Amino acid sequence: MDWISRNLPYLMAGISVGGQYALIAIGYTMVYGILRLINFAHGDIFMVAGLILVYSATVLPMYIAIPLMIIATVFIGFMVERVAYKPLRSAPRMSIMISAIGVSYLLQNLALYVTGGLSQQYPAIPWISDTITIFGTTTKRVTVITPFLTIILVVILVLLIKYTKIGMAMRAASRDFETSQLMGIKINSVVSMTFIIGTFLAAIGSLLFFTNYTGVTPTVGAMPGLKAFVAAVFGGIGSIPGAVIGAFIIGICENIIKGLGWTTFSDAFTFALLIIILIAKPTGLFGEKATDKV
Amino acid sequence: MSKTKKIAWNVGLIAALLIVLFILEQVMPSGSMLFTVLKKGAIYALVAVSMNLLNGFTGLFSLGQAGFMLLGAYTYAILTIPAASRASVYQYYDGGIINFAIPVPLALIAGGLVAALFAFLIGLPVLRLKSDYLAIATLGFAEIIRAVFQWDKLGPVTNGSNLLKSFPTFRSVLYPFIVSGICIALIVMLINSTYGRAFKAIRDDEIAAEAMGINLAHHKRLAFVISSFFAGVSGGLLAMYQTTIQASMFKSAMTYEILLIVVIGGIGSVTGSCISSFLFIACSEWWLRFLDNENFYIGSFHVPLLRAGFRKVVFSIVIMAMVLFYRQGIMGTKEFSVEAVYNFFKKKFGKKGVKEAGGTNEQ
Amino acid sequence: MSNDKKTDNNRKNDNTMLKLENITMQFGGVIAVDNVSLEVKKGEIISLIGPNGAGKTTAFNMITGVYAPTNGVIYYKGNKIIQNTPQGKMKKLYQGENADMYVGKHVIAPTPDKVTRLGIARTFQNIRLFKSQTVFENILIAKHMLRTSNIFTATFKLNAKEEAQMRKESEELLKIMELEDVRDELATSLPYGKQRHLEIARALATKPELLLLDEPAAGMNPQETLELTQFIGRIRDEFGLTIFMIEHHMDLVMEISDRIYVLDFGKSIAEGTPDEVRNNPRVIEAYLGGAQDE
Repeated sequence: MDWISRNLPYLMAGISVGGQYALIAIGYTMVYGILRLINFAHGDIFMVAGLILVYSATVLPMYIAIPLMIIATVFIGFMVERVAYKPLRSAPRMSIMISAIGVSYLLQNLALYVTGGLSQQYPAIPWISDTITIFGTTTKRVTVITPFLTIILVVILVLLIKYTKIGMAMRAASRDFETSQLMGIKINSVVSMTFIIGTFLAAIGSLLFFTNYTGVTPTVGAMPGLKAFVAAVFGGIGSIPGAVIGAFIIGICENIIKGLGWTTFSDAFTFALLIIILIAKPTGLFGEKATDKV
Repeated sequence: MSKTKKIAWNVGLIAALLIVLFILEQVMPSGSMLFTVLKKGAIYALVAVSMNLLNGFTGLFSLGQAGFMLLGAYTYAILTIPAASRASVYQYYDGGIINFAIPVPLALIAGGLVAALFAFLIGLPVLRLKSDYLAIATLGFAEIIRAVFQWDKLGPVTNGSNLLKSFPTFRSVLYPFIVSGICIALIVMLINSTYGRAFKAIRDDEIAAEAMGINLAHHKRLAFVISSFFAGVSGGLLAMYQTTIQASMFKSAMTYEILLIVVIGGIGSVTGSCISSFLFIACSEWWLRFLDNENFYIGSFHVPLLRAGFRKVVFSIVIMAMVLFYRQGIMGTKEFSVEAVYNFFKKKFGKKGVKEAGGTNEQ
Repeated sequence: MSNDKKTDNNRKNDNTMLKLENITMQFGGVIAVDNVSLEVKKGEIISLIGPNGAGKTTAFNMITGVYAPTNGVIYYKGNKIIQNTPQGKMKKLYQGENADMYVGKHVIAPTPDKVTRLGIARTFQNIRLFKSQTVFENILIAKHMLRTSNIFTATFKLNAKEEAQMRKESEELLKIMELEDVRDELATSLPYGKQRHLEIARALATKPELLLLDEPAAGMNPQETLELTQFIGRIRDEFGLTIFMIEHHMDLVMEISDRIYVLDFGKSIAEGTPDEVRNNPRVIEAYLGGAQDE
């Protein structure tokens, strides 16, 4: 019992963080699946979602502020794709990745300007920020909710992709971008839909993430963003279940490492894991192999 | 234009540039923003060119530059802090475990070599990866390095997450210019050699390059190690410029900045990288400063929006616009050369224009 | 072992340039090349024909080291250069013949650059020129593999003599290949026929003894094809080459081939002089029954 109560917090935190990474990672993996683009700005959109709620909650009641934040974030995600990625669709892959880095730079600087570089206190959200006690451990309710919410959202998403028309179009586009265009799939709306879903999940993720966090700073999105990407690669980029499992593994490992007192290395560990998986199995746990035609 | 004439022109121009810099330093106040820009610009030019060697000329999309700069900067600092100052720098670690200091030029080279060694080791597994996987793996590597250098168990060497300071620095703007200049010249000579051609072949088509007998693994590793060597040297220079260093400076944001410099200058153009690094530093440190000034008036009109941070917003919008609408960058893949200017003026003004060519040259 | 050596020595004495023994290539469950054996003698022009998807380019890719064959051995000038036997997962999956023939012998799988350095050069079906380089530079790049300089001597221009030699030889090749007038143009700006010429020139720059041409006449009109026919004969004599080519233009194949091998669904179905192959009922059936090319 003593052992459990000592280690449970780390495990629970790990599962919770894993769920939050999972919600961000889906955005990466879906975009990569279709556009073959590492959307470096995704983590920053996650940060912007946090900031929007910080500012909207000061003037609006929570039940309006939260939906507003989600809509605004989705709109930003949509616009980023339209303005910064769509014009480069036929450009070399390096260009579009550089554009993503440019967007990330812009969003961070914009946030820096708006916040004046100060950490913004994230508002306490009723009910989910409340502290509860499980097995003698006190934690916020969000820690418990996150994994369940994540799994519910992922299941809905998977069903959506499997059984709806737009989902089928997405699968076709990720299989073969050019051919699906020839088959009459409106590729632009598919890509937009992908960004909308990705940013929607990132917005939910930010809600859960920042509730457990002290505040929002302009660079706060970069690290969870990169880790979520690693999770996506770990699970096999393009695969949604892969991204979710990868995210949980990374979240849990990271918190166990923190629990062992190696906090300095919790970030480094994630990247070491990335490099190892890329070398051992470049396609990740569930990824498919692609071969170049000579 | 004959070859000897070309060399004479180039040597003359470089000499002229150095003399102008020397005179400027005598006449202008040493606190002038101009010198900040020139010093930092020269250092960034070196690291941008080193990144261009990899990303632009060999087609390897690597984002590890900040990590290699960190290695260079730390190696330089650790090896040059005078024995007398060590006790105060390493105050939490009993003066550290290194009790000697080596001359500055040797330490800069050592910084490059340490970066190159790490590049060699990390390159063994990582260089097999394709474009964006390589990018993310090298980025991850830079993060690992940063974490390791902040680890308190390594404190006796790295001073943990505390500042390193008291190492030798430079005062004259000529110093970074000469060091960077030599390094960039070496990179240019490499690019113009048969190895440089092989690098470009790999960039254009890996499969064809391999079919032409070019050993991919070997050549990619060469490019990676050499690029990292020069990134390490520039890290050492950056340490000298900053006077103090800390691992937390070398974030991935730094790599992104260097990448943007390369893109703005033109991927595949050395002179483009040089020009754009001076422009980039000048804009971010100097020319756009007024945007951060809340009390900025044009006539009696109080310009709205201006306050701390606005400069960076404008700056990043300009960069985005360049990335989107001016993808070639300033120079594309072309190079700025005496010969090109000579030909340009010859075409435009006949023989008379030749003399003026010198004036518009170099950054 | 001693037996092995003896046969190796025997092979060295005759004038066989290239010999494939029981070569099989299986991708997943698909057999692309099925137990093919063939031989190319010094100074010959040998054609490999067959309907689309018969495995011709795959055969080339195995000879040049792009793929390691699943099973079989390849000899070049009497030396074993490539050898493999089904391994790992393939052990179970393998559906080809002679599965046990090479078990226990060590795997030889050189990378393409090593094969090229042995003296086997190739061109590509879908032209692969160095697109940002000029015609002259494309040829000069191929000379890189003949260097004796290392990176230091090359950077500090201590190899001036060698560099001059490389340039001189490249210029000569340009002259022979009738590409002098487009020397400084971008390779990709050339008309299609000239690009094919340049590909051959680039392959010749590596000073090969065996030249593999992958559909050299693809996309050419009858006039250009006729010129190419004479041209291939000419370079064979001028450079003392052995030529092994894949081609669909039957006029060209019948005109210059000493012998012809026919592949269909990965299997070698016929072999012989142009006349023999022309009248072979199995060949006629393969062409009329499958995708018709002529």
